[in-house]
Amino acid sequence: MTVSLHVDEKAFGRNVVLDNIQLNIQNGEFLTIIGPSGCGKSTLLKIAAGLDTEYEGKVQINKRPVTKPGISQGFIFQEHRLFPWLTVEQNIAADLNLRDPDVKRKVQELIDIVRLTSNEKAYPSELSGGMSQRVAIARALLRDPEVLLLDEPFGALDAFTRKHLQDVLVDIWQKKKITMILVTHDIDESIYLGTQLAILRANPGRLQKWLPIELSFPRSRTDTSFQYLRQKVLEEFEKTEHSVYAEGAGI
Amino acid sequence: MKTAAYAELNRREKATKAKKDGTSPVWLKGFAVPVILLAIWQYAGGSGLISPTVLPTPLSIGAAFYELAGSGELAANMQISIARAAGGFLLGGGLGLLFGILVGFSKKTEAYLDPSLQMLRTVPHLAVTPLFILWFGFDELSKVLLIALGAFFPIYINTFLGIRGVDAKLFDVARVLEFNWRHQITRLILPAALPNILLGVRLSLGIAWLGLVVAELMGSSAGVGYMIMDARQFSQTEKVFVGIIIFAVVGKLTDSFVRLLERRLLKWRSSFQGTN
Repeated sequence: MTVSLHVDEKAFGRNVVLDNIQLNIQNGEFLTIIGPSGCGKSTLLKIAAGLDTEYEGKVQINKRPVTKPGISQGFIFQEHRLFPWLTVEQNIAADLNLRDPDVKRKVQELIDIVRLTSNEKAYPSELSGGMSQRVAIARALLRDPEVLLLDEPFGALDAFTRKHLQDVLVDIWQKKKITMILVTHDIDESIYLGTQLAILRANPGRLQKWLPIELSFPRSRTDTSFQYLRQKVLEEFEKTEHSVYAEGAGI
Repeated sequence: MKTAAYAELNRREKATKAKKDGTSPVWLKGFAVPVILLAIWQYAGGSGLISPTVLPTPLSIGAAFYELAGSGELAANMQISIARAAGGFLLGGGLGLLFGILVGFSKKTEAYLDPSLQMLRTVPHLAVTPLFILWFGFDELSKVLLIALGAFFPIYINTFLGIRGVDAKLFDVARVLEFNWRHQITRLILPAALPNILLGVRLSLGIAWLGLVVAELMGSSAGVGYMIMDARQFSQTEKVFVGIIIFAVVGKLTDSFVRLLERRLLKWRSSFQGTN
């Protein structure tokens, strides 16, 4: 079960956003993609989801080309995007019938996994941002996706909630063994979660560095090896910054 | 259901607080102005300041009401009026909902239908009353159609607006979750448009009621409007008042019913409820 993400070129008008990006993700890996704003990381994820099909290249999940969005590529948006008129359990079930005991059981299971037990009947307006995002994750998981794509899912949350949700996500990844691709601009998050890290650079978006992260779970941010990796990522960013300045000087 | 329990607790707290402050509940506040006005009115009429044919006192109106209710005249007239209003509203409102959905869903039907409907909308529907009488005569059909014409547009416009106002971001979600067209309508579009649709229902009910009054005053042999016209000819001002009050009360009751429906169906909304 692999994801191959080959984008030769993606442009908005004459502006090239992604240029020759080749990513291959093995089954059960957790890939985090990090890069400065405008490097096209979210666009790359939308392409992987089939939400954006206007590009040159090829995206395959399990050797099957991705041509349109669907439940096998679960997608978590930056905002939770729950249906405000449905309760937590109805949102998770969405188009599936809650009266079906099989669906009901799975929904309940997922509510427990994302730690929302006893909030089944609450409406999104009664939930905090972190809780809502967990509902969105459960909604994607109910459909047993082959890969879960997360577009800066915790970007709008405070530091404590973010840390908590990161742990929830690692927990889910370990339990369900789903391949995950997460886009972020938070260096700590990318190292804390990923088994592999792709650093993108901007203008146009290219792959700067591919970094395996061989730390065992649970991870600690204060670990020296964690800090060492952090250093390495920062160094890569510095390099790109220099090159950007150098190119800028040329103009 | 922590949150609901919390909300309940909050409500109770507020209620007890209100008692301590000596402030009365909201529904009681609404009665203050009418009660004072009625008292002044009764005094002015009772002391002979105003002629009873111009403005009968509240008590004499009450007596007239009692008499009309007792003889069964009122119930019979109300039954006919309500049947007309309901028939017209269901016909016009139903068509408004249908066309609103059709036009809201497709750019093509919008291009074909909306301009004509908007043109018709600008004609005050009461202005076509003479035409309706010429076409359909003085009997029930012309009345029901007149009411239906008025009730059509508010629901049509609000349904259309509601459907076009659905958050495009949620359509992305529906694509990712692979909703079929039926679920797109029942789980996404209709619930999202429901606040607007219900607003349309409220406005339509108001207009249906207005249409009813006009239709019955124009010429009919039964109904609350007829009762008013009949009483006017015999200078029975109390009876005229009874008719007007009936229109007001039934109008208010139907409106309250829709608002109750709104509260039930839209309890997921967390919008500003106004300050105390």
